[in-house]
Amino acid sequence: MFAFIGRRLLLLIPVLLGVTVVTFTLTRIIPGNPIDLMVSPLASEETRARIAENAGLNDPLWVQYFRYINGVVRGDFGDSFVTNQPVLEDLTSRFMPTFELTLYAMLLAISLAVPLGIASAVWSGKWIDHISRLLAIFGVAMPVFWVSLVAIYVFFFLLNWLPAPQGRISVIVSPPDTITGLYTIDSLITGNWPALRSSVQAILMPACVLAFAAMAPLARMTRASMIDALEADYTRAARALGLSEMSVILRHALRNAILPVITMIAIVYGYLLGGVVLVENVFAWPGLGRYVYNAIASSDYPALQGFILYSTTVYVMLFLLVDILYVLLDPRVRL
Amino acid sequence: MPGVTFIWWRRASTLANWCRRNPVTALGFAIILGLGILGLLAPLIAPYDPYALNPRERFQPPSWNHLFGTGIFGEDIFSRVLYGIRIDFGIGFGAVAIGLLAGSSVGVIAGYYGGKLDELLMRMMDIIAAFPGFILAMAIAGVLGPSIPNLIIAISFVNIPVYARLARSRFLVLRTSLYAMAARGVGASDTRILVWHLLPNSLAPIFVQSTLQCGWAILDAAGLSFIGLGVHLPTPEWGVMIGLGAPRIIAGQWWISFFPGLAIAITVMGFNLIGDGLQDLLDPKRR
Repeated sequence: MFAFIGRRLLLLIPVLLGVTVVTFTLTRIIPGNPIDLMVSPLASEETRARIAENAGLNDPLWVQYFRYINGVVRGDFGDSFVTNQPVLEDLTSRFMPTFELTLYAMLLAISLAVPLGIASAVWSGKWIDHISRLLAIFGVAMPVFWVSLVAIYVFFFLLNWLPAPQGRISVIVSPPDTITGLYTIDSLITGNWPALRSSVQAILMPACVLAFAAMAPLARMTRASMIDALEADYTRAARALGLSEMSVILRHALRNAILPVITMIAIVYGYLLGGVVLVENVFAWPGLGRYVYNAIASSDYPALQGFILYSTTVYVMLFLLVDILYVLLDPRVRL
Repeated sequence: MPGVTFIWWRRASTLANWCRRNPVTALGFAIILGLGILGLLAPLIAPYDPYALNPRERFQPPSWNHLFGTGIFGEDIFSRVLYGIRIDFGIGFGAVAIGLLAGSSVGVIAGYYGGKLDELLMRMMDIIAAFPGFILAMAIAGVLGPSIPNLIIAISFVNIPVYARLARSRFLVLRTSLYAMAARGVGASDTRILVWHLLPNSLAPIFVQSTLQCGWAILDAAGLSFIGLGVHLPTPEWGVMIGLGAPRIIAGQWWISFFPGLAIAITVMGFNLIGDGLQDLLDPKRR
């Protein structure tokens, strides 16, 4: 098992190196001179030359690349042009809000989509299947940021059930003491009811919007995979043995059908990493998405570079996790 | 010419039959075709100039004068949504066409030559695919600067691996197929086999994929424009229009963002219906 994980981690190295080549190249194709972003336009020629020399911009490209890699492997992603802080520090401080949002969205999506997918496989062609198909068609076609706006209009403006976009917690409520970094969990642990109420109200809309977008592919994948499993010989064998339909579906078919769904969860999570940038902006959520939005708006390339590297690493690691789960769940994969 | 009319009737009835058997795909085609026609006829249908500002009629709710209401500068949302079809379809088709050409070339070369070149090309594709798609597109668009061509480049680049993998896997299967061997047996050259026998047979799945990708491309383009990375402001692109209306939502002025978003949803739905339907046709098991 550990040998397997080790081998997979080794295989990741060339991919991640390639990823850094891409992020490095990206900042080199910026139109214009990076010096212009670093110094004021009024700086003298000598100052500009000195700064270029200090920043190593006169070295050959491959030297610059190795310097960059050398920093990255030690966790040095450079300093943000805007906050003047190390990019990695900026990113870690904004990780938890985004993690909290995507975690709830994912949990909600899985807990709704998997049962829906099972139901539409079992009653394939019946009304529940049609509803799930309709939901899937709409779910993937509607832009998340637009669904966010519609949700705000309906639940804030028309019904006034939920507050207007205000970030993670209302400005008049003080945030809970940090234990896990997740406002909802922290306020629950510390028994801080006003904070719990406010943070749940704040996260409800963005999490539901993201979950809605994530549900469609998950439900479709569950359905397709379940239909295959329900037609398989082992399912027929289980039925022939006289097992109850419930046991056939949940203990025999589902356990075989769940693997592709797990891969889909990883794919959908990657999709959420993009969607969260848009949703965070609508809901003023102080996470990674908003950070990178501000970075782009102010041409803060180290921050942008860092964010891409960071989220790509998370994404790649997630697929590693999926592979490990496969080994744990399916003995046939074990070598 | 009664004979000719007859043929047309027969063709029409075959079409009608096909639609009856594939209602989902037909609906998708109808949506895209309908929107395409509306986009082409935009100058005739649109009641106002999509770029015209009219400060006196700002924030008008939908009425007979302004079907979809007016926006922040008094611009007519309906006219802008109509013209937006041209922009968004253009971005979608452009991004898919470039991604398709670049990706399937890579895939065909890799699949045909095999060996080290195959290995190298496909590892490069793995690296591009390792990025979460929207985020890589965001980075490219952010670095290149906001414009429609840059937006198309960013979105198509992200999709290259999809086509490359698809084309390569089809080629590997088809290379050893019976009809390719038969063609080789009767003395056809490599190029002839490649272009005349393999290419047409590998097109179907790639075409299906590209209709699905068209929808995705439009969604991504709208998302990028929404956060200011795509199209410039006066251009009637749907994502930009949603972004313009976003701050007005809490004031209850829903129509500024609602209608462009609805247009995106319907368009993407149309492309997805076509793609899904064609996929079912190619692979009835998937249904």
